[in-house]
Amino acid sequence: MILLLFIFILAIFLGFELISKVPSQLHTPLMSGSNAISGITIVGALIAAGSENDTVTIVLGTLAVVSATINVVGGYLVTDRMLAMFKKKEDLKK
Amino acid sequence: MDLTDIINLTYVIAAVLFIFGLKMLGSQATARRGNAISALGMLMAVVATLLTKGIAFQWIVVGLIVGAMAGAIAAYAVKMTAMPEMVGLFNGFGGLSSMLVGWAEYHLHPESPTFTMISIYLAVLIGGLTFSGSVVAYAKLAEKITSRAVLFRGQQVVNASLLLVIVLFGVLFITFPEGAYTLLIVAIALSLILGVMAVIPIGGADMPVVISLLNSYSGLAASAAGFVILNNVLIVAGCLVGASGLILTNIMCKAMNRSLANVLFSGFGTVVTKALKSAKGEVKAMSPEDASLVLEAARSVVIVPGYGMAVAQAQHVVRELGELLEHNGTEVSYAIHPVAGRMPGHMNVLLAEADVPYEQLVEMEAINSVMPAVDVAIVIGANDVVNPAAREDESSPIYGMPIINVDQARTVFILKRSMASGFAGIENPLFYYDNARMLFGDAKATVQALVNELKSI
Repeated sequence: MILLLFIFILAIFLGFELISKVPSQLHTPLMSGSNAISGITIVGALIAAGSENDTVTIVLGTLAVVSATINVVGGYLVTDRMLAMFKKKEDLKK
Repeated sequence: MDLTDIINLTYVIAAVLFIFGLKMLGSQATARRGNAISALGMLMAVVATLLTKGIAFQWIVVGLIVGAMAGAIAAYAVKMTAMPEMVGLFNGFGGLSSMLVGWAEYHLHPESPTFTMISIYLAVLIGGLTFSGSVVAYAKLAEKITSRAVLFRGQQVVNASLLLVIVLFGVLFITFPEGAYTLLIVAIALSLILGVMAVIPIGGADMPVVISLLNSYSGLAASAAGFVILNNVLIVAGCLVGASGLILTNIMCKAMNRSLANVLFSGFGTVVTKALKSAKGEVKAMSPEDASLVLEAARSVVIVPGYGMAVAQAQHVVRELGELLEHNGTEVSYAIHPVAGRMPGHMNVLLAEADVPYEQLVEMEAINSVMPAVDVAIVIGANDVVNPAAREDESSPIYGMPIINVDQARTVFILKRSMASGFAGIENPLFYYDNARMLFGDAKATVQALVNELKSI
């Protein structure tokens, strides 16, 4: 438990370090990209949906898988769509 | 090495890929690859989970297919102007999923150790709040409900008691895990209500803060779910998102010169400010013909777009104007206020969509330092973010907010529908400045007229 909390704290600092220098031009893709990462809860959803023996758990789990997948797939695709639009001058001339 | 080791190792690799991906999202040159790397990390985490012994696939496959189709359709169909509500909605689904994971885990193991019970409660609570809050934010941004702040008497008291009850239930839930199912269900309902209550008092112009904050919550919810199922990759990834959301929230608050508490509780945008120090002088209107002559002679032009430009769908014709000026040898850049648009960085995406080159998108601080050397600043659909009262008039409600100092340019063109005040209802003395010229009319039509005039010169 303590180890997990330790990891949690370290990850907070890592997150602050990683993000604090992102230019404001890229804030929207950054947000939607990190939003897609928060869909990592899909791992928990898969485990719940795959537990064979209990109907309620399967229902809850399957709903969780659906929502998390929307978050993950939609988030990554829409981020990619946006980032593809940011072009440098030379790319635009082609 | 047995299967469990391989799975756990894959989780570690996934976490590393998320970290690299996020890092690469910080620069235009690597951002797209960074996003792909982070997606690869996600795929690896999913595959590793599916390798776990005793997992039944039939419902998983159904869930994955339905979710992937819905997500992909939404991602491709969404218009760039609607990006804030889309991201808000995706965010809500992430929160919902964490809530359901917590619930399912409790259903499966109702008598867990205290630490797990706390984690379950937090996952359900933050997840539920993120979900309902995001749905309300979505509805506000999509203008399915009023985008104004909704306030009523005793709102703070209601919210505070709601929070108190939730904490109380949490303590009971953790102390008496066996009979706590009802408590959990009620807590879920309460967290959903809290999410709604937290977002309705926030006005449309403050949405960038709320979207950032909800983004942070969805990460924290995932992290809490990670503590429930004791999984490192959830904890780390969720935490990274939580931190990034908080940083963006902080940046947005700073750009509005307001504290987070002020944004969350004050209901900005409903306050009708009295006409402060009513501005003196007269407004000087200018025709597109005359304006185009000034532009033709200008050596440097800065375009300051606000949300009004997006509403008028004027970004493509604005880009055309920029290109024409460049051909004419004028130096063109776009100055973008951090809170322009309805989410952080939104205006940049809209301009990028209209093929404005990345180099021409300039941050506020960078443009302000060269503003006195700028010949013409063109303000399109922006108001409060160029209001010099923020710098000079201590009685102004936006006093202290960093602005783009267009008034320091040699000439300022302001494209405006009429003389009505901006979203926050604040008078703008800029319009009466000697170097300011008003171009009245629909933004898109005015810019189009400028383009036509410049072409005919």
